[in-house]
Amino acid sequence: MIKKTLLTCLGSALGALMISSAVAAPPTEIRLGLVTTLTTSAAAGGEATKEGIELAIEQLGSKIGGIPVTLFVEDDALNPALGKQKTEKLILQDRVDFLVGYNYSNVLLAAYKAAVDNQTFLLSTNAGPGVLAGKHCNPWFFAIRDQTEQAPRVMGDELNRKGVKRLYTMAPNYVAGKEMVGGLLSHFNGEVIGQDYTKWPDQLDFSSEIAKIKSAAPDAAYVFYPPAHALQFVSQFQQAGLKGKIPLYSNYTFDGLTLPQLGALADGSLLTMFWSVDLDNEANRRFVDAFKKKHGREPSNFAASAYDAIMLIDSAVRGVDGEMSDKDKLREALEAANFQSVRGKFRFGTNHFPIQDFYLLQVVPADDGTFTTKTLSVAATENSDTYVNDCQMK
Amino acid sequence: MNRVENRLAGIVLVLTLAVIPAIAFAFDAIFALTFATRILILAAAAVSLNLILGYGGLLSLCHSTFLGLGAYVVGIGGYHAYNDEIAWMADGFVQLCAILVLSAGAAAIIGVISLRTRGMYFLMITLAFGQILYLAAIGAYQYGGDEGMTIFQPSTFAGFALQGRFVMYAAAAIFFCVSVLVVERLTRSRFGLVLQASRMNEARVCALGYDPMRVRLVAFIISGVMAGMAGFLLANNAEFVSPIDLHWTRSADLVIMVVLGGLGIGLGPLFGTALLLIVEELASGMSPHWPIIVGVMVLLVALFMPRGLAGLVSSEKRHD
Amino acid sequence: MSQATFLLFLEQCLNGLQFGIMLFLITAGLTLVVGIMNFVNLAQGSLFMLGAFVAAWFASATGNYYLAVAVAVAATAIIGALVEVLALSRFYRRPHLDQVLATFGFILIFNEVVRVLWGSQGLTVVLPPELNLSIELLPGLTYPLFRFVFIVFGLAVAAFLYVLIARTRVGMLIRAGASDREMVRGLGVNIGLLFTFVFGLGAALAGLAGSLSAPIMSASVGMGEPVLILGFVVIVIGGIGSIRGAFWAALLVGFIDTLGRSYATSLISLIFGSTAASSVGPSLSGMMIYILMATVLAVCPEGLFRARAS
Repeated sequence: MIKKTLLTCLGSALGALMISSAVAAPPTEIRLGLVTTLTTSAAAGGEATKEGIELAIEQLGSKIGGIPVTLFVEDDALNPALGKQKTEKLILQDRVDFLVGYNYSNVLLAAYKAAVDNQTFLLSTNAGPGVLAGKHCNPWFFAIRDQTEQAPRVMGDELNRKGVKRLYTMAPNYVAGKEMVGGLLSHFNGEVIGQDYTKWPDQLDFSSEIAKIKSAAPDAAYVFYPPAHALQFVSQFQQAGLKGKIPLYSNYTFDGLTLPQLGALADGSLLTMFWSVDLDNEANRRFVDAFKKKHGREPSNFAASAYDAIMLIDSAVRGVDGEMSDKDKLREALEAANFQSVRGKFRFGTNHFPIQDFYLLQVVPADDGTFTTKTLSVAATENSDTYVNDCQMK
Repeated sequence: MNRVENRLAGIVLVLTLAVIPAIAFAFDAIFALTFATRILILAAAAVSLNLILGYGGLLSLCHSTFLGLGAYVVGIGGYHAYNDEIAWMADGFVQLCAILVLSAGAAAIIGVISLRTRGMYFLMITLAFGQILYLAAIGAYQYGGDEGMTIFQPSTFAGFALQGRFVMYAAAAIFFCVSVLVVERLTRSRFGLVLQASRMNEARVCALGYDPMRVRLVAFIISGVMAGMAGFLLANNAEFVSPIDLHWTRSADLVIMVVLGGLGIGLGPLFGTALLLIVEELASGMSPHWPIIVGVMVLLVALFMPRGLAGLVSSEKRHD
Repeated sequence: MSQATFLLFLEQCLNGLQFGIMLFLITAGLTLVVGIMNFVNLAQGSLFMLGAFVAAWFASATGNYYLAVAVAVAATAIIGALVEVLALSRFYRRPHLDQVLATFGFILIFNEVVRVLWGSQGLTVVLPPELNLSIELLPGLTYPLFRFVFIVFGLAVAAFLYVLIARTRVGMLIRAGASDREMVRGLGVNIGLLFTFVFGLGAALAGLAGSLSAPIMSASVGMGEPVLILGFVVIVIGGIGSIRGAFWAALLVGFIDTLGRSYATSLISLIFGSTAASSVGPSLSGMMIYILMATVLAVCPEGLFRARAS
């Protein structure tokens, strides 16, 4: 009998714990929910995103559109089911007005439906899957960084301009990797003498693929490796004696996040991106200076995109004079994108993905012994993604 | 557990499950409901694993394969129903039949090959099969590859779509109770007794004229089918499916849930699943280094509660 | 076959050999721990990661990579022995499942502790200039010197282990323990000390593998888990408890995985065309190890070199 009572008490205790973790607090101000990857080997990107968000909020005086803001941070641990659960918690329990973050497409795709079904705005600061740019574009969803294939397509054009005839590509074998290479090849006119997709996410030793590149002796090599693998790739590339021998082109592999570690190894390589740390506009100068002062290093594209997201939300809330209940007006204010972006010009396409310029950047030594990216030229103006015509919105 | 304890436990369970939605509604804690749904579905999968692990003593790392198989049937069916307007592919009955056939078939094939091995080797060969299917799912780009795919068309049963918070909760709760009942009946039957005896002393079972291999295979298939059904609910609840559902770490999670709750105890998996998910949820709110908290908890339970959480209150004795 | 193709094939064989040697270093200790102590040590991957981090951190702090390797090996051996004595030894008599649970908890803890100590970005090791170059093994075949050193060093360690196991008293006790644990205990040997020694040896080897891998793979959080799985694949194929089995199985797995990655896609495109190859190839090459293991186990349910008498 005692054991049965114990069982009941245990059950009720667990139940109460569960409910207590779910009881909502009354809403009083602007509430922001950040879902990003803060643990696992991919944590660096998530932390950078968080840094961008926090800096922006700080600069706005902890206010969005003049209204005090509360930030809720949740970790998705690169787990789509967990990402969805956290998203639901932020919406149902914490009653957030906006969701931001989402570094990985699979987490985003699992979670965004919860936002849509509950009529909450979701601004993805990193992931930009084609699926959400075309057929499944959504009035509640906004992509802030870009659509995955934009930067590599621009890179394809650059390779053509540089007269590269024989190219070797390497990327991890997951959707983002395939989209990067696919985007590149859709614009690249030369011959692809080799294409390697390495096992994702386990493969950290690229010896056999790099040996193939060495043997094939292409005019140039194009790679995409997210920050978690960039270091491994580029050190092995250098150890095989290929640094400087084969020009290296990439997207989203070398930037503020990875350069402190691998700058010397990536020196001289070229990349295209929607933003650069040395872009000369007031918003970017303010952002970069403040970031350097606070963190003692340069920001990465994760932080830049996250910073823009907050500034965008701020401008939208201002645009409706803090009147949050009319969602349609709020959406219009978001679509207007009436804010100073760190990338200069910024506007949304009809599918809520950015139409923006892309720049050709090179990894160069900085004055203080570290490495940075330098803007060489504007690689594309007012570039939009290829899925926008499939979007039925407007 | 004797029959009176059994009945009481059952009644407490049903009452608790019935009361949760009411409480969630009253306290305006809707998140508790969606959270409870996820717990129940995973607990049901853990219950099916308990059959072969707790009772059968088979430590398998491919249980998530069957879960994922069920989830992908729903995902692929929904994909074609939504994109190609092939309505019958999203029909719940059709999908359930497909899951039955596919998971039974997969379990049969994997079982026949793997059950010839024992202990560590069995663990690894089930892991191998699981990883092969995981890699196959990653390679299936039409169905999202590693990104997974959102399910826009949930399973429908004669026009009634399986969606909505209360519907999903009810489905999960009912399925869980049914799973527990099925396993309970099975383990009390002659089949179940032979299964447990094979775990304890295989030589004696052979001497008595039974074939442990056959019994284990049947148990493996049944547990695979049950997991496939859980996968059906999982996909409909999450409205999303991705290869990560098939990864060996998911199988490991399920094993952890069963062991935390208590091996070979009927309601053990519910305790284990609830404990793991709730601690995960609370810990991630407390600290950015929450994996340490979860790790320490798992370690403590392993050290001090050898019969799991439910083992604290169950009078069931475990003979190994 | 043209000369360039042949030279590439040789280079890929070297890569496979190097990968196999690394796997051997990790699994030599693991197979003993699992075989002799009947202990499912999931934390072996974490020890590998620890070795990599300690080496990387020490190397960047002092600039001396060679010393860093020595320090890393000592550190992992000591930490491994400590963890064994304080926590894991309580689990030897417990069912495998509890051991899985406990070491799984350790994985979570280790990963997060490493992240707290050294950050999420990971640490890299810049090789000393005398190691950081390619050498010409044959006309037209250049190979990174460091990887070559890795192979040679690893083979030396394998030889040392052979001598240790086959020719010393300790080795004899280890072999006896692998065959029949109870008998060794009955003969009055201090089994606790033996176990700690074996565990510490395994940890040291994993730490060595990690510190040697750090310049190639960089030290990163969670790098232990994929290696752990491969490790178990190797010891299962080789036969639990057998170092000889671990050696040959490690080489086999190293070769098949590397050659699979190098040639699977091209092979498939020869037979099925390039579109099939680009979609199926990468996945298939990833599956090769698992298909190999499943095949071996289907034919030899206890691995190739069974050490234990049932």
